Amino acid sequence: MRILFKTSYLDDIRLFQHEGQVLWYSLLALAVLAAPWLLPVFYVGELTQIFILAIAGVGLMLLIGYTGLVSLGHGAFMAIGAYTNTYLITKGVPFLVAFPLAGLAALVAGIVIAVPANRMSGIYLAIATLAFSQIVEQVIVRWEPVTRGFQGMAVPPPDLLGVPLTQGWQLYYLALAVLALVVLGAVNLVRSPTGRALVAIRDSEVSAQSLGVSLFRYKTAIFALSACITGLAGALLAHRMRFISPDAFNYLMSVQLLLMVVVGGLGSIHGAILGAVFVGALPQALAIMREYLPSAIGRTPGLEPGLFGVVMVLIVLFEPLGLYGRWLKIKALFDYFPLYRRATFKRQRSYLKTERVR
Amino acid sequence: MVEVFQLLVGGIAQGCVYGLIALGFVLIYKATEMVNFAQGDLMMLGTFVAFSCIGTWGMNYWAGLAAAALAMAAFGYLLDAVVLRRIIGQPQFAVVILTISLGFLFRSAAGFIWGHETLNFPDTPFTNRMSDVGGVILSWEHLSIIFGTLILAGLLYLFFNYTRLGNAMLAASQNQLAAYYVGVPVKHINSLIWALSAIVATIAGVLFAPISLVEPSNGFYGIKAFAAAVIGGFGSLLGTVLGGLIIGVSETLAARYLPPGFKEIVAYLLMLVVLMLRPHGLFSTLQRKKV
Repeated sequence: MRILFKTSYLDDIRLFQHEGQVLWYSLLALAVLAAPWLLPVFYVGELTQIFILAIAGVGLMLLIGYTGLVSLGHGAFMAIGAYTNTYLITKGVPFLVAFPLAGLAALVAGIVIAVPANRMSGIYLAIATLAFSQIVEQVIVRWEPVTRGFQGMAVPPPDLLGVPLTQGWQLYYLALAVLALVVLGAVNLVRSPTGRALVAIRDSEVSAQSLGVSLFRYKTAIFALSACITGLAGALLAHRMRFISPDAFNYLMSVQLLLMVVVGGLGSIHGAILGAVFVGALPQALAIMREYLPSAIGRTPGLEPGLFGVVMVLIVLFEPLGLYGRWLKIKALFDYFPLYRRATFKRQRSYLKTERVR
Repeated sequence: MVEVFQLLVGGIAQGCVYGLIALGFVLIYKATEMVNFAQGDLMMLGTFVAFSCIGTWGMNYWAGLAAAALAMAAFGYLLDAVVLRRIIGQPQFAVVILTISLGFLFRSAAGFIWGHETLNFPDTPFTNRMSDVGGVILSWEHLSIIFGTLILAGLLYLFFNYTRLGNAMLAASQNQLAAYYVGVPVKHINSLIWALSAIVATIAGVLFAPISLVEPSNGFYGIKAFAAAVIGGFGSLLGTVLGGLIIGVSETLAARYLPPGFKEIVAYLLMLVVLMLRPHGLFSTLQRKKV
């Protein structure tokens, strides 16, 4: 068991709490940097996919996990980012300009939805964002001069200062760099006064307001930021898929993003990334499992969504804190061995908490 | 003019279906504050069960409907008693995620059992029968939906106002703790409400099946029904059915008079407008906490 001796209040918000963390995170950084040399091309592609999902996951985590605003429409922001980026690149705009512009477009869309959304709460917000994503999907289907409707668009490879990034490992490093920047930004945001204000809003809007937190300003800002990050992830995802069509970013995409942050564990950046690893790796794991199942079951179409559902139900029922919560429990078990008490992580109140009064 | 009436009848029939699905949401929400994103999938499952009863096992239409409703009632009861009751006390979006996942599960299970192809619902007593009222051709399938909804709404009204069980459900939905103190078995009542909601969903599905088709993705009608529930305010049963009618009629009119694409989004546009004007629905029961 490690005892941290804190001599200043700033110790509480240091990026790395102790040397052990520095060591492990450096090893992780080395591992992901070396991965393209060590892994087959296929797995490099899968890792790229996971990184891109993780970017979107961090964006959504800031909104759901830290501010408590549930969005069922983040697939729409991904779509806006992907289509803006692709449209600009096909018009000859360099990637380094188109990519931030894609984020900006999603950010503006985020503000547009955030201003009315500010007055809603809980379930109404979730449903309103769901409606927003349906509308965006229809706009993409019908706005054929720009989006080519159901025909879809081929996505040219991104270019960096005139050098086209056509290889898988190049896209891998691009996604990794964006992910690193986004995670660093998110971690710094969360430990800043702004991040504390967001958490205060999540825990009690009334208390946050009475402490001088402007609900309107913070909610709009975090909605816009979250949409922007998700839009950037959408732009990268377009490059990874090389072809985009309206049904790539439908309701199921939004649900997948939501599941990601919940499986990972709400209220932690680690959770967003663990969730992305889980959601990104699950289809592969299922594909491998299929080989070992009897062919009557293994060959059924639509098996993936079903198993996805089963896994989700089990996680929500038995591990509401998500994968990161499970990790914390395991860590606590070893830290306090043999004094670990199951009640440490037990929820204290387990009756129906009404949201009709707020 | 005749054309408008013709469209209105179709729209009202469609709206009744949305209203009935939304009614299921609202029943559950009022009682347990759970928002059931799998309500559309419950409807889909109910339709498939009725399809098996009537089409495969050759039951009479009414007997098949009753059997499917009973089976789904048992399913709904167990769903609450075994799965959903466990997460009471967790934040509301845990329920959202749980029911979304259940929806995935149901869709996949339906595809596994009944296949992913679209099926034609077997002939009902209403198939291929028309009435001509002043030049407006009324198909009996549409009429059956409209009258079915009216009868069901009437029965629910009588049930909630004139039976002990209905009163207990109202009590539990208004204040669980108080209802518990005066002897209402709240857990049992909540599960019964899930059963009731599953019955409503099944009836909606069976009435709707002749004019839609039967396939696992029918569950997505549930998303449209949300719009109905929101416009109705997630509170009053009458408001919900009216919300469904508004959506059904405007959707049909949009399909005829507005450019393509509006049919799909008019429900959501209406809902967003309502949410902007009244963020908690038209007839909401939300109140502000006193600190």
